[in-house]
Amino acid sequence: MKYTEEHEWLREEDGLIVVGITEHASEQLGDVVFVDLPEEGTEVTKDEEICVIESVKAASDILAPLDGEIVEVNQLIVDEPSKVNDDPLGDAWFFKMKPSDLSPMEDYMDEAAYKKFVG
Amino acid sequence: MADLLRTPLYDMHLELGAKMVPFAGYEMPVQYPLGVMKEHLHCRAQAGLFDVSHMGQVILRGATAAEGLERLIPQDVIGLGEGRQRYGFFTNAHGGIEDDLMFANRGDHLFLVVNAGCKATDVARLRAALEPEVQVDYIVDRALLALQGPAAEAALAALAPEVAEMRFMDVATVSLNGAECWVSRSGYTGEDGYEISVPAEAAVALAQILLADARVTPIGLGARDSLRLEAGLCLYGHDIDATTSPVEAALSWGVQKLRRAGGARAGGFPGADVILAQIADGAPRKRVGLLPEGRAPMREGTEIFAQADGGAPLGRVTSGAFGPTLQAPMAMGYVPSEMSQTGTQLFGEVRGKRLPVRVAALPFTPANFKR
Repeated sequence: MKYTEEHEWLREEDGLIVVGITEHASEQLGDVVFVDLPEEGTEVTKDEEICVIESVKAASDILAPLDGEIVEVNQLIVDEPSKVNDDPLGDAWFFKMKPSDLSPMEDYMDEAAYKKFVG
Repeated sequence: MADLLRTPLYDMHLELGAKMVPFAGYEMPVQYPLGVMKEHLHCRAQAGLFDVSHMGQVILRGATAAEGLERLIPQDVIGLGEGRQRYGFFTNAHGGIEDDLMFANRGDHLFLVVNAGCKATDVARLRAALEPEVQVDYIVDRALLALQGPAAEAALAALAPEVAEMRFMDVATVSLNGAECWVSRSGYTGEDGYEISVPAEAAVALAQILLADARVTPIGLGARDSLRLEAGLCLYGHDIDATTSPVEAALSWGVQKLRRAGGARAGGFPGADVILAQIADGAPRKRVGLLPEGRAPMREGTEIFAQADGGAPLGRVTSGAFGPTLQAPMAMGYVPSEMSQTGTQLFGEVRGKRLPVRVAALPFTPANFKR
């Protein structure tokens, strides 16, 4: 598992990268009430804003962590946004992407580094 | 957070695990560990305790206090019965709203509660207009608590049974936990409940005795905002300000007939010409409830359009959030009066997309006052 400074987690699974937000991020956001996900099949560029999360407090974006194609999105969190608070590391993944360039993965943090990052 | 003021309950908020944020010059709890959503739902289901000590408490004394206040607000102050409270607003020469307030007739004086962000200006305005005939006392040695929700009556009556007899907008002096409190049966959540002015040194003990009741939980500013928005109530500086008239703000109900054209004490407050003309002829725009048809909240500042594409913005959202009781996004904003009818289909532009929204009746959740 890798982590970005934007509080996303990335997990390799069957040649795809599964992306979600960290527990720390879900706590900071507060109760999530709305999630907007990209269309499956969308080509995205690293650091492009591709998802919106709205909590009771504010709206925030999720950036594409890598270049590639969105191959699957998680309808569960669109239908039940509170899952993002309940199970951010499990059921409440956001999307799966087929990366075209895996090199940024090297720069992302491992769990120990991320724990240090959020203090 | 340097230079921010603290209420007498500050340490208690920290002990309760509150997340503190700057608000109107104070360090205030935005939420407790329960979180905004659950705090909101708890208040609607049982009872919530709010620290609203940042708000301004003012006493007006003198034989001409009521007459004097009527020169500043378009409400009937003279006719307000002893032991009763009324909603009002300070107006300006252009007919805009300088602040909204509650004022109560407490026998030998008037007791006012004004917004935190406006209190210094309000006190200065009152002093300039009323002194020396009327004594204007800005109260700094009392805290203000709000106890709101269907269990508020039972929780407060456990300390003083007589509060159960009070009706909506009654005020009374009540001894609570040994302290002389000025209690009104009112609030700003759409629920039954009380606002309690308590001596600062007795505030923590009173809050703790109320929180010891299993039905009562502390509520932060986050849920206070979603509760008042579901109740269709205006937040000063957002839904109403110096540029919005009471008629535009759909607050004409707060101008008693006696102060309107043809009334016994018509006019005589700042902006009366503008406001009374608008009461007679209508205003070009109106504050309405807005229900987005999708799940995306439309936040403050969202522009409102008549069509799904093209055209200029016709209005703007002034408060927008997700309604925990409504279980849907909700908003208030200003639209042209000809588009203010309930059910009118409009569009709000969110992140570049025009999303459908309908004009809706306020409040979004039914009020639960003890009339």
